[in-house]
Amino acid sequence: MNRRSFLKGSGALVVGFSIAQVAEDLGLAPGVLDAQRLDGASSNQLDGWISVNADGSITAFTGKCEIGQGLYTAQTQLVAEELCVPFNRVKLVQCDTALCPDQGTTSGQQSHPTNFNLGSLALAGATAREALVGLAATRLGVAADQLTVKDGVVSAKADASKRVTYAELIGDRKFNLTLNRNAKRKPHSEWTVLGTPVARVELPAMVTGRFEFVHNVRVPGMLHGRVVRPPSRNATLMSLDEDSVRGMPGVVKVVTKKNFVGVVAEKPWQAMQAAAKLKVAWANGAPLPAQRDIHTRLRDDTRTRDTKPVDAGEVDAAFSGGAAVVKATYLYPYQMHASMGTACAVADVQGDKATIYAASQAVWPLRSSSAQVLGLKPENVHVIFKQGPGCYGINGADTVAYDAALLSQAVGKPVRVQLARKDEMAWENYGLAFVIEERAALDRNGTIVAWHSEGWSPTLGGRPGPNNPGNQVTGLLAGFEPQPFQPRTPAPAPNAFSNNDNAVPNYVTGLVNGKTEGTGTIATQRVVSHSVRSVFLTGPLRAPARIQNTFAHESFIDEVAASLKVDPVEYRLRHLSDPRLIAVVNAAAKAANWSGRPSPTSSRRNGIASGRGMACVLYEGDNGYCSVVAEVDVRLDTGVITPKRFVIAADVGPISNPDGLKNQLEGGSLQGLSRTLLEEVNWDEEKVTSIDWRTYKPLYLGADVPKIEIVLINQAEGEAMGAGETAITVVPAAIANAVFDATGVRLRQVPFTPERVKAALASRT
Amino acid sequence: MSITLKVNGQSHTVDVDPTTPLLYVLSDDLQLNGPKFGCGLGQCGACTVINKGQAIRSCVTPMSMVSGAEITTLEGLGTLEKPHPIQQAFIQEQAAQCGFCLSGVILTAKAYLDRNPKASEADIRQAMSGVLCRCAGNNRMMKAITRYAQEVKA
Repeated sequence: MNRRSFLKGSGALVVGFSIAQVAEDLGLAPGVLDAQRLDGASSNQLDGWISVNADGSITAFTGKCEIGQGLYTAQTQLVAEELCVPFNRVKLVQCDTALCPDQGTTSGQQSHPTNFNLGSLALAGATAREALVGLAATRLGVAADQLTVKDGVVSAKADASKRVTYAELIGDRKFNLTLNRNAKRKPHSEWTVLGTPVARVELPAMVTGRFEFVHNVRVPGMLHGRVVRPPSRNATLMSLDEDSVRGMPGVVKVVTKKNFVGVVAEKPWQAMQAAAKLKVAWANGAPLPAQRDIHTRLRDDTRTRDTKPVDAGEVDAAFSGGAAVVKATYLYPYQMHASMGTACAVADVQGDKATIYAASQAVWPLRSSSAQVLGLKPENVHVIFKQGPGCYGINGADTVAYDAALLSQAVGKPVRVQLARKDEMAWENYGLAFVIEERAALDRNGTIVAWHSEGWSPTLGGRPGPNNPGNQVTGLLAGFEPQPFQPRTPAPAPNAFSNNDNAVPNYVTGLVNGKTEGTGTIATQRVVSHSVRSVFLTGPLRAPARIQNTFAHESFIDEVAASLKVDPVEYRLRHLSDPRLIAVVNAAAKAANWSGRPSPTSSRRNGIASGRGMACVLYEGDNGYCSVVAEVDVRLDTGVITPKRFVIAADVGPISNPDGLKNQLEGGSLQGLSRTLLEEVNWDEEKVTSIDWRTYKPLYLGADVPKIEIVLINQAEGEAMGAGETAITVVPAAIANAVFDATGVRLRQVPFTPERVKAALASRT
Repeated sequence: MSITLKVNGQSHTVDVDPTTPLLYVLSDDLQLNGPKFGCGLGQCGACTVINKGQAIRSCVTPMSMVSGAEITTLEGLGTLEKPHPIQQAFIQEQAAQCGFCLSGVILTAKAYLDRNPKASEADIRQAMSGVLCRCAGNNRMMKAITRYAQEVKA
C-alpha cells in the first residue's frame, strides 16, 4: 500500500482510535505495534523502528518529523541504505504517538545528528540488516561474512543461486531483538542511496494539490472553531454576551475557560462571523513598555538569570593594562515565525480520550501538555503528526492544538481550528530581542589578547514541554502559568564547555576545566549571558540566540580588523584554530574570489556603493560549520541594501542528500536576508501591531535576491551534523560587514531598514 | 443562496451564504487540498485559484462574485501521474521546502505567463511580487517559473 492511502487510512483513527486498523492498513504483523505503544520504552526494540512486510517492503517508524527541511526523504534514504533495499520500497511513518518511538522534539537541527550517526534510526537499520544476514546464514548454511545483500535479497558471494529474500526470512513477523549497539553502519564508500540527491518524496503530491497537510484533515462530523483573543496584551475577560450570536446560522456553542474564548460552528465562515460578532467585555491590563526603550530596559534590568559559558585568564587585568581596546554594542529586535499558513489542528475529545492531529514538532510533549489542558491522562491522548507550513521553531502548531482540544471537549465532537492571521501574529512566541556588548583588548601587533562578551535577552514561556501549557497563549489564557522565571546572579562558574547558544565567539579557546573546546586562539576570555523576564511570550525561532550572538561576534571581529586596517578574512584566520572552521572560511573566500584588503573600500558608481563581507560559525559549538561571503549594493540616496551574491561554504559531516542540503542553505540564507533587512515585531501601549504581512514585512518572491553559490565540504568519515539553521546564522553579520565595506558605515541594529541606513550614512558626514 | 460554478471542469451547485469566501467552499465543501488559507487578507497568495485565465485570491472573493465562474485549482492542472508542465518544472527544480505556498506560486505564475508568454525575467518578478514563500525558496522557484516560461515561448 502506498503512503498516500496510509495517510487516508489513518483518518479512521479519529473515530475508532484503532491501532488494529492501522496495523492492518500498513500490512503489519500483529504485535509489531504493541511494541510501539510503550511510549518510548520501545526505542531499544528493533520492532519499534523497522518492520519487514510480507511483500518484502519495509515500514520504518521515526520520531523525527518533516517540517520542510527534507527529513522525511533523507530518513527514507537512510533506512533504504542500511537495509540494502531500493528507496521506493521503504515507507516511513513519522511522529504518531501510538506508533512511533518517542524521540522527543524535532528541533535545534538535531535530527540529522540524532538519527544519522550510529544512534536511533541508523542503529535500527544496521541492526535489522545484520539480523537478516544472520538469519540467512542459518537458512542457507553459509557463513555471514560470505553473504552479500542487494535489493532485499541475501545471497552467497560464491554462489548466487544460494539466495533468500527478506520476505522469506521474516516477512510479517517480529524480530524480537533489542538494538545492537555494536551493529556496523554501511561504510560511506558503499552508499548508493544515501549521499545522493534523491528528490523530495512529497513534492509531486504537493505541486498537484494532492498532499494532505494538517489543514486538510477532515473527519466525519467535524465542526469548525474560531478563537477570540483579547484585544490587548494583558486584558482579562469580564463578561460575554452569548445572546449576541444566538440564532446565527450554524453556531453550535460559545466556549470560555478563564480568559480563553472560542466559538464552534458547523462551517468555517459561520464560526468566523460569529467570533467577529460575539460581544465580549475585556478589562485592560498593564500597559506595554515603549518599544523604543526595549533595549535599554533589557540592558538595565536587574532581575536576571545569568549563565557564564566561559571565564578564563585575567580578563579584567587585560582590559585595564593600557592595551588598545575596541568596544561595540549590537541590538536585535523581537522577530516572529509568521508561518506561511496560520496554525491549524483537528481534535476529537470523546469522554476521557482524545485524538489530536497537529503539525507540532513535539508530539510526545504535546500529548502530555494537552492532557493537562484537558484534564485527561496522557496515555489517553493520541497525537498524530501531520505536516504543516514551515514552522522555524515554535509557531502556533501546539497552541492551536490546545484551542481545538478545548473546543472539541466542550462540544463532544471533532473540531478543526485554523487561527486568524492576526491571532497568530499578535500572540505567538517571538524570537528573542538581544543586546550584546563586545570588548576586545589588543596587543601591539594588533592581535586580540582578551575578549569579553555580555548579552541580555528576554524570556517568557517557550516550548511547553510535557507540563507547561502556559508557555503558549492558549494555555496562558486558559489559566496555566508559564514556567517560572528564576533569577540567578551571579552565574555559577562554568564546569563543562558548551557553546549551545553560540554565546562564545569563534575566536576564543573555550578553556573550561583545563580543556580547550572552542574554535579559536584567544586565551583570555569571558562570556556572560543574562536572561530577563519578557513582556511577550518568547520561544525558539530558527537559530535562537545563535543568530543574534553570531551577528554581534562576527560584526565585531570585522570592526576590530577595520580598526587595524587589516583584511577581515585574514584577521579571522589569525585567531582561528579549528581546521574545519578555517576550511569553510577559506572555501567561501576562494569561491567568492575574495580580494584581501582592509574595509572599507571606495567602490562607487552612480550613487551606488558596493562591498563584500564575511561571517562564519560552528553552529551550537559542535553542530555544523558554515561561512558566507555576501556581496551587496547600497544606494546612497535611499539607503536600500541589495545583496547581489551569497557564496556559502558548509561542512555538516557526511552529506545525506546534497540537493536537500543545498535547498536548506539557500532557503536559510534568504530567510536570514528577510530577517536582516525587514523583520521586526512592533507594538504600541496596548498591543502588538505587527498583525499581517503589511505590518510585518517579509521577503516576497518578487524581491531582489542574491545569486547563491554553494560549496559543500563532504566529511565522509565524520559525524552527521545539522544543516537547517547554519546559513541563516551567518547572514546578518555578513551583510553588516558588506555594508561597512561598501560605505564605511557600521550597522549595529537589526533590521537594516533604509531609514536606519540613511540615518547612519547621514551621521557619517 | 444557491450558486453554481465550475471547478476543475466539473459543475457544482452549493447552497451557501453569498458572503462566504470562495476558499471555504473549495477547501471545506468541495474538499480540495490545493488552495490554502494563508492570511485571509489577499496578502500572501496561498489561496490563489485561476478563474477564466485570471489568478484570483479566493480568500477575499465572496461566493456572490463567482456564480458561473470556471475555477482551476492545483488539482485541476495536472495529476500525480501526469503533472502539468509548470508542476513538472517545480519537481525538476525541487522548488519547495514546506510546500504550503505552492498553490499561490504556481497558479500566479501560470496565469501570468499564459497571458504574457514573452515576459522578461523582470516582468515575472513583478508579477510574483505579491506572492510569498516564507521558507524563502525564491531562487529555485524563479528557476522553475523561468523553465516553464521558456516552454511557453517555445
